[in-house]
Formats: sequence, C-alpha cells, structure tokens
Amino acid sequence: MNQVSSPEKLAQLLEGSGYLADPGVATAAFLALRMRRPLFCEGEPGTGKTSLAVALAEALGMPLIRLQCHEGIDAAQALYEWDFPRQLLHLRALEAAEGGRLDVDTAEQSLYTERFLLARPLLRALKAAPCVLLIDEIDRADDEFEAFLLQLLDENVVTIPEYGEVRAEVPPLVILTSNRTREVHDALKRRCLYHWLEHPGLEREVAILRSRIPGIGERLAKQVTEAVQRLRAMELLKPPGVAEAIDWAQALAALGRDELDAESAAITLGAVLKYSEDLDRVRAQLDALLA
Amino acid sequence: MTTSADPLPGLVGFTAALREAGLPCDAHRVQAYLAAVERLDVADPGQLYWAGRLSLCADPDDLPRYDQAFASWFSTEPPVRQHRRSQPPKQPRIAALATEQGGGSSDKKSGEQLSVAASDTEVLRERDLGELTTAERKHLRELLETLRPVPPRRSSLRYRPAKRGRLDPSRTLRAMLARGGEPGKLAYSRHGPRPRRVVLLIDVSGSMKPYADSLLRFAHVVVRGSPANVEVFTLGTRLTRVTRQLRQRDPERAMLSAGEAVPDFAGGTRLGDTLRAFLDRWGQRGLARRAAVVLFSDGWERGDTTLLGEQTARLKRLAHAVFWVNPHAGKDGYAPVQSGIAAALPHVDRLLAGHSLATLERLLGEIRDA
Repeated sequence: MNQVSSPEKLAQLLEGSGYLADPGVATAAFLALRMRRPLFCEGEPGTGKTSLAVALAEALGMPLIRLQCHEGIDAAQALYEWDFPRQLLHLRALEAAEGGRLDVDTAEQSLYTERFLLARPLLRALKAAPCVLLIDEIDRADDEFEAFLLQLLDENVVTIPEYGEVRAEVPPLVILTSNRTREVHDALKRRCLYHWLEHPGLEREVAILRSRIPGIGERLAKQVTEAVQRLRAMELLKPPGVAEAIDWAQALAALGRDELDAESAAITLGAVLKYSEDLDRVRAQLDALLA
Repeated sequence: MTTSADPLPGLVGFTAALREAGLPCDAHRVQAYLAAVERLDVADPGQLYWAGRLSLCADPDDLPRYDQAFASWFSTEPPVRQHRRSQPPKQPRIAALATEQGGGSSDKKSGEQLSVAASDTEVLRERDLGELTTAERKHLRELLETLRPVPPRRSSLRYRPAKRGRLDPSRTLRAMLARGGEPGKLAYSRHGPRPRRVVLLIDVSGSMKPYADSLLRFAHVVVRGSPANVEVFTLGTRLTRVTRQLRQRDPERAMLSAGEAVPDFAGGTRLGDTLRAFLDRWGQRGLARRAAVVLFSDGWERGDTTLLGEQTARLKRLAHAVFWVNPHAGKDGYAPVQSGIAAALPHVDRLLAGHSLATLERLLGEIRDA
C-alpha cells in the first residue's frame, strides 16, 4: 500500500492485474486509499465498477471481501449472526456434563463467544483489514440499510450487544457501487468520494480487450470495439458494457474467427445483446454496424 | 489558476462558485476537497480537476455544471470533456406550474365565491377536476389533504416473529436460556409484509392541463403518505422526476418546486418517447420492477402509436400492475378510441377514470389492493 505514491503509480499497478484505469479512476482509487474514504462508484452497467474493486485487491495484494446487496438485506446477512444450532448443542452438552445443575450466567457467557459467532462480510472485513471491501449494488438495498452502514463507514467499528466492539486496526478500502436504480441518501454520499464512470474510449477499450483475451488479434479487437461503440450509440434496451464486448470477442476467438464480418457477427450477436428486440433491430442493420 | 503562495483562497472560492452553480458543496465536502488537493499535484490541471470532481460532486447531473465552473474558474478545459458521450441532461429551471396553480379563471372571482358556499363537499367530490372554479380548487386542496393513501404490500425477505412458519432458533434459544436450558415452546417466524413501490407517471401536456395541477397535488399526498416507496415523474415533451420536490411537507412549496422542475408544462406530448425514456433510465433498472405503476394520461398521441404500444408492453412485463387513469374515461359516452390509448390498452391491467376526487379515492383503493 505504501509504494503507491501517485495516481499514475496506482494505474500501473492496476494494469498489472488486468485493469486499465483512466486518470479519473486512478485518481479516485488513489484518493480513496490516501484519504481513507470510501469510494462511491456510479455509472452505466458494464463500465467496470465491480471489477475495479477486484483489480484493486489484486494489485494491492489485499484480500477482497464482497457484500452483494439485495432488497431486504439486514444486519444478520451483512454483519454477523449467532450459530444457533451449535449453541443449542453446546448447551445440551453443558447440561449433560453438569448433571442438570446448569448455572445460567456461565452458560450464557460461554454461548456468546467468538466460537459461535458467524462473521458475515462486513464483520469479516473489519477483522481482515487491511482489505478491500466491495459493497456491491447498494442501490438495491433498502434505505434503512444505508443508515446502518453510516457508523461502520465513519468509525470502522461495529458493536455486537452480547459480545462487545469489533474495531478495524486499519480501515478497509471500501468501494461502493450503484447502478442508480434509486437515489442513495446524501448522508451516505457525503462520507464518500464520488466517481461517475463512463464507457471507455476506443483506444482504451481495444487495450482492455487485448489484455483480457490473450492471443486476440489487433484487427479483431478493433473491429469488435468499433461495433460495440456503435451499438452503444443505437437506441437499445440494453447497450453493451465492457463485459459484453469481452464476451463477444471471446466468442469470436473461441470460434476461431480473426475478423468480424457479417456472417460471424450474425452467429455471435447473442454474446453482446441480451434482448430479442435488440437482436431484431441490430440484425436488420448489420451492414451499418460493420461499416 | 491562482499563482499566489497560498492556494487556499482560490480553492475555497472555487467551491463558492460551485455552490452558486447549484452544487451541494457543504463544509464537509469542502474539507474533503482540500484534503484531496493536499494529496495530489495541484500543478497538474488533470489532478486538480479530479480532486474536485471526486469530492464535490455527488450525482451525474452535477458533472456538466462542475465542468463548466472548473473551466471558467481555473480557465482550463476539463480534461475529460471530449469523450463524454452520455451527457446527463441539465436541470431546467423554468417556473411554469407555480403560476398555474390558481386555475386560469381568476378574473371571474367574485361570482365564484358565492357558488362555493352552495357547493357541498359531496358534490365537489364528484365534480370534474378540470371544470372547478378557483374557490372550489381551494376547497379541493383541503379535501386532498385528508386522503390517507395506504401503500400496497408485498412479502419481504426479512423474517418477523409469527405463530406459524419457519423455526426461529434465536428466540427459541433465548426462551430456553430463560428456563435454565429446559426446552419449551418453539418460536416461529415468517416473511413479513413490506410496502410495494408505487410509481406515478403524470402526463402534463397541453390536453391534460386542466387536470395536471390537481393530479400533482394528489401525487404529493401519495408521496407524503409513504415517502420512501413512491416515485413521481411527469411526462410531456420530456421526462422529469419530481419525487424529490414532492417529498417536501408543505404542499404549496412542494408544488412550487415541482413547477420549477417541469420545463414542459402544458406543452406537447410524445407519450411513447417519454415512456421509453422512463423505462430506459429508471424503470428497467429497478424502479418499475414489481411496482404498481399508474399512468395518468388522456392518451392523445400524435402520429405513430407503435412505439407507445411497445413501451407499454415493456412496462407491463416489468411492473406488478399497470393502471391507466384517464380523466375522460369516467364521462358518458367515452370509448377508448384515441389512437394512443387503443395501442396501449392491451397491456394495461385496468383503465380507470380520474376526473374527480371520488374517482381518485377509488384509484387509491385499487393501488392498495394491487
């Protein structure tokens, strides 16, 4: 972590783990590291929000802990849970050993120990820090959950009533991602650095394809990228992200094609478009796509 | 860029300029900005740009304003401007609704003051919202405030204590401990109810003008009833999200800021296009998924209605229920023959009237049971 002295250095490190960061992303991640602030990433699906966290963990040699948010997620799923079946067994065993004369206080104390504590991602991250904590798609969680995150992001502490406080020695590097399905509360955003990710430019996307798919020809990578960027400009239900561009190039490579022509595009279009309406629309103007 | 020894006044001045441009640069963010600048090379315009963009912006809508302020304050082109494709639309600031709320008939005031004395609440409930007098409108606002909307419910993932359902080991164990380890009654839990999201789409084009004010007020009441679960958009020549504005408690202030946010009040309509904009930008990503969606429109669509049909079908596939509320549907002799509504009707769960307070109350009942 200490060897990172500038955004450019970090970009180099990220490149080593296969993530080609533009100056914006590199500066964002650099500041998040240096200022010890969570980084809130928003952008269209497929612009590399989640993969940034994965690449950062790899580049910085830290473990990645991921919390996938969903509707109704609560503290038990995100933070910790007590292992009740094992606690019950333990209680029974104690009882048998004591011949039925169980001291309630001692028994209870022995139940709420680390042995029976199931750490969920957030608690694991505090214990494992330094690490990268990815809180993925925070916009899918309920807004109560955001309020629950505030203390954790502020102080890197959680309180477990029966057990005590768990504090991170070094704060984890937190990356939050959002697809903007709903507006995230300002209180949460205020604690974070904010970065809006765009689809990469032509050159960068070609470079991403080439670094992700070993052995892909320059020509094919360029053709796929140009076609994908044209697709993004069309009015589609689901414009392709970088992941779809990679899928497409991979599909073509798997079929042994080294060129994107009308025929190879037609049979592999399903790798890049995920709606039948989009497929119909693009098939109808395939020539314009490959022009 | 400021060249004096201390860059601080220049940087703070920049945040003040941003605040002027409407960015939420509170003290907390300014502090973060200064901390960011400290860790970067300020002589590099690129790093200077990113330091502010990362710490002072909080929304894609902020970015164009930030770029503009950056360019004029530091007289340097923002380094990323050239390849931004999907530039988020700017927030328009045109006062439109604010002046409309009194209704268009203030010149006949004195005569109408009398008629309201006679107009009984029950009669008003059935009156057409488009034909109300100024005084009646005022009375209607009070009546709207008394509505108590109840959001529809869906099952949540979270478990709640219950008499039957899944065994709840946590509570069972606690009960056991309280009895010194003796097994006793088993505790159960099951999925609890949660409010289902409600999305209101209000057509504010010219033909809907007589109803738009009342419908927005109605939307305000629904939003206030359950602020976290209701979203409101206006459809006209473009799509505008007014949820934030309508979350304000005071109805007059809410209507004023909603009016400022809607740039195309009483303009034309392109229902198919705006519906697609809604689905692309909000609906498909999650807002309309499994929600109860209510579309308030008279269904006047100029030109081709294929798009409207397609988009309503798409909405139907995403949403839990789609209601179309048409102010004319409650009137005698109405038949859904306008080209727009005819194209959309096959994909709508229910076509409802929405021309009077009574019909809006009925609509609330339908939403609750959705």
